[in-house]
Amino acid sequence: MGKIVGMEVGIAAAEAVGLCNIDVAAVYPITPQSHIAEHLSDIVHDGRIDAEFITVESEHSSISACAGASATGARAYTATSSQGLMLMHEILPIVSAMRLPVVMGNANRAISGPLNIWNDHTDIMPQRDNGWIVMHAENGQEVIDMTIQSFKIAEHPDIMLPTVLNMDGFQLTHMIEPLEFPLQEEVNAFLPDRVPFATLHPDNPLSMGCFNMPDIFMETMKAKDVALLNSKKTIVKIWNEWGKMFGRYYKPVETYKNKGAETLILTMGSMGETASVAVDELRKAGQSVGLVKIRLWRPFPLEELRAAIKGCKTLVVMDRAVSFGGAGGPVGTEIKSLMFHDQDRPRIVDFIMGLGGRDVKVEDFIAMVERAAKKKDETYEYYGVRE
Amino acid sequence: MNTVENFEIYAPKLIEKREFFSPGHRACQGCGEVLALRLLLKALGEDTVVSNATGCMEIISSAYPHTAWNLPYIHVAFENAAAVASGVEAGLKALRRKGKIADRYVKSVAIAGDGGTVDIGLQALSGAMERGHDMIFFCLDNEAYMNTGIQRSSATPFMAATTTSPAGKAIKGQRTGKKNVPEIMVAHNIPYVATACPSYPLDLMNKVEKARKTIGPSYIHIFSVCPTGWRAASNETVKLGRMAVETGFFPLYEVENGKYRLTIDYPEKRRPMADYLRLQGRFRHLDPADIAKVQELVDKEFRKLMHKVKTSVPWS
Repeated sequence: MGKIVGMEVGIAAAEAVGLCNIDVAAVYPITPQSHIAEHLSDIVHDGRIDAEFITVESEHSSISACAGASATGARAYTATSSQGLMLMHEILPIVSAMRLPVVMGNANRAISGPLNIWNDHTDIMPQRDNGWIVMHAENGQEVIDMTIQSFKIAEHPDIMLPTVLNMDGFQLTHMIEPLEFPLQEEVNAFLPDRVPFATLHPDNPLSMGCFNMPDIFMETMKAKDVALLNSKKTIVKIWNEWGKMFGRYYKPVETYKNKGAETLILTMGSMGETASVAVDELRKAGQSVGLVKIRLWRPFPLEELRAAIKGCKTLVVMDRAVSFGGAGGPVGTEIKSLMFHDQDRPRIVDFIMGLGGRDVKVEDFIAMVERAAKKKDETYEYYGVRE
Repeated sequence: MNTVENFEIYAPKLIEKREFFSPGHRACQGCGEVLALRLLLKALGEDTVVSNATGCMEIISSAYPHTAWNLPYIHVAFENAAAVASGVEAGLKALRRKGKIADRYVKSVAIAGDGGTVDIGLQALSGAMERGHDMIFFCLDNEAYMNTGIQRSSATPFMAATTTSPAGKAIKGQRTGKKNVPEIMVAHNIPYVATACPSYPLDLMNKVEKARKTIGPSYIHIFSVCPTGWRAASNETVKLGRMAVETGFFPLYEVENGKYRLTIDYPEKRRPMADYLRLQGRFRHLDPADIAKVQELVDKEFRKLMHKVKTSVPWS
């Protein structure tokens, strides 16, 4: 391992991409992803890596160019945020259906209406059903590690699916943290060159992206679903391999003081660190509270979540997105639905909070745990909204 | 006129015998786009990767598990053919430079219809041309959204009836003229822009070969007769293409480094538009005064082009 450096996380994300021997990057700038775009172009323009940097005219074209590049067998990367991810939306399910291992970084930011550049998860939630592997990083070190892991996961012959690594905008991307970069030769050993399954080349002319008539479309859809569900075991294998090499282990669901806890807070992304401080405070006050954190959002790690929350009485879900007119926040709704048949499932209390950069502090987690204890039913509610 | 003496003797020798676009596709009878596609692919040769926009050429050629393409082919979506082709170009370039694939020059080309070029695809096209990718963009212009049922595009000619610009009692068809996308491409300062029509096969193939040899972005706008959408006889595709050119409605020209050049000789008096219009049901509602208006517009556009032909100078 290299020495520990102090660095902004967005810049570190670009540095991590720089270690991955990418062939093509197609990036369109958007706040708060912009430091990734800027620093990646620095790395290419300074000749530190040999890659094509395509300065596309939109995110629609960045993901499209990545699709084209990936189809030639190239290792392709893009990064975006919010409106950019929304603009990519049309192309995302095509990339996964074509099994193109494009890797994306997403600096989570609220989606517009009204415009807001700050952090929440409303950008990634509408992309849930596109067949991508969706992961969330909690801190800068995880951004580095998971960026490198993403290429290996996406390109693995048993997976061949695109990945998106979520990192909370500003609250994570713009933090300066002490970070440890693996050495280039260590990354090379972990992540060899991509061995593509099929490529666009005259040596073997193939047609990619053929349309499906009704007699085959459903089979294609099921195949994609099965591929995504099956990817979990290989992802876990790759994370274990990383752990053995670098000593940092990654799991689909991470836990903190969850053993025997009566109440568990559930988070995704950078909130986990603040929530863990709240858990410590509550423990000090004699309360039986712990924390579970979802790292792998797609494919959804149901078995791991079940194991992590076993025995708890109340699960307090922190949702940073709204499913307007629906049954609650997307995370809460999904967990309720997935655990519907579980006889001994906990009471699931879903809070919508921290939207559009609204700060969620230690005392807020404590207040939500207290509110959840008093709450009789499982209806969702907004936390911290001025009425 | 760009003609070759004893053409029928030489043509078989000049033209690539292999078919890169196979028979058995599902195009309509008399499809001008397929004719253009077949010829342009012959001129491109095997060292080509095609990025195709959603549209007629895509749906008639690639119903899984069949394909009409004997070249590497990718279809992603409607508006992004230029962006996909720019990714293909960048991918091949990087892989070749890094020794990950054979050291072989392969041209990335995008093929889209008029909707995928002049309307929904214009942004991606502009971006790709501006960035200077070594690629060719082909617009197969049949003057409306034929794949979805003959709706108007901004390439639909003045007064033509389509399903969204019908010949009504109050409004007689398309209210605007054809957007001049070759001109927009010239404004991107790209090295090669041309118009072509498969009714002039040798001219078309010469232009494609020229574009293929050009390092950097090229744009070829191909007039592709659509008998189905134009309400015309399917055995008159080639004739209609010739008439569009002879009337000066769709002049054949090329722009090399900013210098305009006609690739066909025009007599002092061009064929009147009425000859061309009367063969097509989409213009059936036009009265003599309307035809005069159309003629006036065509004359104006032709004068503008001739001015550029006379006054433009190459920038390199």
